[in-house]
Amino acid sequence: MAEPAATQTAVLGDREHALRLFRQMALVRRFEERTEEQYTRARIGGYCHLAIGEEAASIGAIDALEEGDALFASYRDHATALAVGSPAAAVMAELFGKDTGVAHGRGGSMHLLDVERRFFGGWGIVGAHLPIATGAALAFTYRDEPHAVLCQFGDGAMATGAYHEALNLASLWNLPIVFQAINNQYGMGTRVDQSNAEPELAKHGAAYRVAGERVDGNDVLAVREAAARLLGQAREERRPSILEAITYRYRGHSVADAGKVYRTPEEVQSWRERDPITRYGLLLGDRGIATGADLEAIWDEVAAEVKAAISEALAASFPSRDGLYEHLYGDPAWREQFGRMATGAPFGERGEEPEWQT
Amino acid sequence: MADVTYREALRRALDEELDRDRDVFLMGEEIGKFEGSYKVTAGLWQKYGAERVRETPISEEGFVGAGIGAAMMGLRPVVEIMTINFILVAMDQVVNHAAKIRYMFGGTVGVPLVIRTPGGAGAQLTAQHSQSLEAWFAGCPGLKVVAPSNPADAYGMLKTAIRDDDPVLFCENLVLYNVTGTVPENGDFTVPIGVAAVAKEGDDLTIVAHSYTVQRALRVADRLGQDGISVEVIDLRSLRPLDVDTVVESVRKTNRVLVAEEGWSTFGVGAELAARIQKACFDDLDAPVERVGAAEVPMPYSKPLELAALPLESKIEAAARSLLRECGL
Repeated sequence: MAEPAATQTAVLGDREHALRLFRQMALVRRFEERTEEQYTRARIGGYCHLAIGEEAASIGAIDALEEGDALFASYRDHATALAVGSPAAAVMAELFGKDTGVAHGRGGSMHLLDVERRFFGGWGIVGAHLPIATGAALAFTYRDEPHAVLCQFGDGAMATGAYHEALNLASLWNLPIVFQAINNQYGMGTRVDQSNAEPELAKHGAAYRVAGERVDGNDVLAVREAAARLLGQAREERRPSILEAITYRYRGHSVADAGKVYRTPEEVQSWRERDPITRYGLLLGDRGIATGADLEAIWDEVAAEVKAAISEALAASFPSRDGLYEHLYGDPAWREQFGRMATGAPFGERGEEPEWQT
Repeated sequence: MADVTYREALRRALDEELDRDRDVFLMGEEIGKFEGSYKVTAGLWQKYGAERVRETPISEEGFVGAGIGAAMMGLRPVVEIMTINFILVAMDQVVNHAAKIRYMFGGTVGVPLVIRTPGGAGAQLTAQHSQSLEAWFAGCPGLKVVAPSNPADAYGMLKTAIRDDDPVLFCENLVLYNVTGTVPENGDFTVPIGVAAVAKEGDDLTIVAHSYTVQRALRVADRLGQDGISVEVIDLRSLRPLDVDTVVESVRKTNRVLVAEEGWSTFGVGAELAARIQKACFDDLDAPVERVGAAEVPMPYSKPLELAALPLESKIEAAARSLLRECGL
């Protein structure tokens, strides 16, 4: 692991940047705590995966992205959307299934995205977005664009075939992509060493001549430094790499999992003592960058932002039923193409519903 | 307009689209120096280079996924899967990703991807290399599935598919590759997705088919024609969208219909059409909708068994005659 001391200079030298990182982590933490509460109030349906405790691992790397780069993430993606700057209200609205959500209520918690901010999705099938992210890197190379892809996923993805195929293709084709394993040490309830024959995940690249690096995922500056360096290499040398960030989720796999049967309270507590936000706050204090009062003010600010996001999302409308078939196809000719399919069809292939269905 | 093979029609369409639009590139196993397992990409690697005719390792899930990612970035990849049998290892990318992305992400990003792949059987390739699985995909919202039956349609529909903004599964057929026909020299010639063709007009019976089975149906129509029976052959060309209107129009005229396909009948194209025909043509039918497909076994190797399993012309003809007999013809 990189020595923290060597990684702090760039960010800490710029107070605005240093505080922005704190604010992002604090925003994500409050957002997810309130999300959990909103879920219990049945305002959010389906699956809902919280990343509380993992903020530094995700946000530190996203902070190293440059204009034009592309970002892909797993379904544990609330932090991802907020870190790229998607408005908290639009993210909460998506969780509520509202029309003002980032995916207009079609995606929900697992499928957030923000194409304008180059975030290409929260993906629901473990490991399957790795080949897709590899294709985005291929597009950069094909068009000779100087960008890189950051592809985040959990440790559970690293036992899938898609992961190994993606790694092989990315190396074979010299693609600018950083595969970031957010190793929270459990794929659902299965510990990393129970699902990976090589539990030191950063070493997986050896078979594909892909360099790997392991970093303390609860040290936001260490994550940022490693990600910036590897993304830089990707842009300049057109080579893939693996970045493994060791972290921990305080909550269960999803809101339906209490996270108790496969780990001890002592283990959870030991990680809480290494909390990435507390730790970074202390560092900011030590360096004289922010006082306790400064940080309290940030916490108050993000709490107010999340509160406003919830109110705004609550007030927003659900998508209209008339829009059920919207966004299924995008080619301008699609209605015409499907126009001859309606006869005898019960399911509205051309965007119309029969009377009995409405 | 000289006759060309189905293979050459596809090659020409790829060549012209590569030439027309730099966002178009090809990806697949052995499509470069080797010229494609069935030689569809012959000469293109030499002409356009390894970047635009990208050879892949045997990683269907990986390179179909990469095609999806490149398409999300605005490129127009044409991915070749050596045969449709191998698409099964990429099923998750096709069904769970390519088909879902635009809708699941609220219309903010699309996937202008073409997957070309041949199905078909008859050369003793046995159980794992003889399937026609297109109906599985035709039931999936978000995809478009086409299966042209002749060189002109192959040429015109491949161009349309490449220019389409949505994912298109372009189903070819191993037996069709050597079938010849005229193809317009005009590089602007395209064939729309979602419009069936009346391959042959007739009055007594409609045979509906797609891909290579259209060729079989046309030969059956000729044979029945010698006995004074007038058969109309509808070539579906697209499976999703499915041109039900053209089928219905034909059935209302002939009052009898048989659907033939190379895949298994159960839950197949004929099953879907039968449901739609009974709804649209309930009062027009003189007999129940008839279906002919492959025998419902994994394709056997031994020649006599393989012939027994295939939906050969003899079977389509027998089914047609039986249906006509029921109607007193």
